[in-house]
Amino acid sequence: MRWLPALFAIMRREALRFVHQRERFISALVRPLVWLLVFAAGFRAALGLSITPPYQTYITYEIYIVPGLCGMVMLFNGMQSSLSLVYDREMGSMRLLLTSPLPRWWLLTCKLTGSTVISILQVYAFLATAAAFGITMPTVGYVAVLPALMLAGLMLGALGLALSSFIKQLENFAGVMNFVIFPMFFLSSALYPLWKMAESSRLLHNICAFNPFTHAVELIRFALYGQFNFAALAWVLIATAVFGALALWGYDPARGLIRKRA
Amino acid sequence: MIADDVTTAALEVRNLSFSYGPKRALADVNFAIPPGFTALLGPNGAGKSTLFALLTRLFTSADGTITIAGHDLSRQPRHALAEMGVVFQQSTLDLDLTVKQNLLYFAALHGLSGRDAAQRAETALARLNMAERADEKVRNLNGGHRRRTEIARALLHDPQVLLLDEPTVGLDAAARAAITQHVHDLAHDGMTVLWATHLSDEIQDDDHLLILHQGQLLRDGNVSKLRGKTPLSNYFLTLTGPKP
Repeated sequence: MRWLPALFAIMRREALRFVHQRERFISALVRPLVWLLVFAAGFRAALGLSITPPYQTYITYEIYIVPGLCGMVMLFNGMQSSLSLVYDREMGSMRLLLTSPLPRWWLLTCKLTGSTVISILQVYAFLATAAAFGITMPTVGYVAVLPALMLAGLMLGALGLALSSFIKQLENFAGVMNFVIFPMFFLSSALYPLWKMAESSRLLHNICAFNPFTHAVELIRFALYGQFNFAALAWVLIATAVFGALALWGYDPARGLIRKRA
Repeated sequence: MIADDVTTAALEVRNLSFSYGPKRALADVNFAIPPGFTALLGPNGAGKSTLFALLTRLFTSADGTITIAGHDLSRQPRHALAEMGVVFQQSTLDLDLTVKQNLLYFAALHGLSGRDAAQRAETALARLNMAERADEKVRNLNGGHRRRTEIARALLHDPQVLLLDEPTVGLDAAARAAITQHVHDLAHDGMTVLWATHLSDEIQDDDHLLILHQGQLLRDGNVSKLRGKTPLSNYFLTLTGPKP
């Protein structure tokens, strides 16, 4: 039994599905740009940023939020792919996947890899557009960020997979938006640096420091400057393992969370 | 009324029980099906879909064993699944892909790719008289042709057992008759087929018959022997209809 054809086929299917949904691509691109060009422009006056690593000089707010917006693209995409899994389950195509004679963990890994690749392409499209508006990173950063994006994508995709196994119906997905995406995004270092958070509230700072999304963003931020953030990497790896284990547990046929009256 | 053990059966179920919480969906079901066409007949809610979900390992039960082509589904799930082709009640085709793309996607899930996969897709489509529709988008196909595509797909990896869960739901009379006949032809060629239905007119006299009612297997045997001179629909109604 060969395993690789399934990986390519699942990735291809994810890619085709993405291409077929042109609105999804456009909104994936426009959403971070709106934040970058509108939100950041308004905030730059209000927020003073001091020099903290990886930055070596004063930076504008636009520069600060680019890594966070890369994370946002991946966060939305991770959740979108979990949405598609719930949809697949309701539409039955999930059954096809799960009756394949390949190990379930491999099938879920293929799915995860597929959605991560799509996320990465979107992030690069966003970085290119940002560069067109004059918001650029060091050249080495564009290469160094690739492995960071890969890890962040896997982490958020695994979270999506885990959630998808617990969400019973498509309608419940709005809840995921409110209780997962927004808190994860706002309670992170995506929009404000952690030290700034600490100034206003210690508790808020601690929540942000615990949020794995913060670490995904920091991993991306440092990588964009050709630097390596070991703590962030460790956090992201641990979170990926936890979310992955949850997803496997959720899709275990003996536990049968997909068990419902057929 | 339960048939003797058949050790050569491609599909065998022993002491299988399953509950949804307090509700018992299957109670100690035992059967072994011979090569050829076996109909699993039961009214709605009899437990057919639960049985199918267990047979395809969408979920598992701690009570009982399922053996497919000699492989225990709980101990060697991957060997067992590799010998099984499934057509689910609900369509599982990707509407935006062509017939052929759908088949190739499935082939990849079974480790098949390249020329081998393409060749198999062609053969399977030809077998179901679908060869000329290979490049059409599934969205543009009618219900009957979609079903045929799914059956062709289920045969792609040369399984020993073909499972179909109410495959004629939503089809018009002509398409229903055609699909039923197609699958009977496959069974005559030696395939082991399990066909779940609640419609007795899809069953022929020399088929094997399992009657499932309220989670219990009521009958197991040859159709003409079981029904004698009674029409099958009456025989079925007497067994499963409301008690007077």
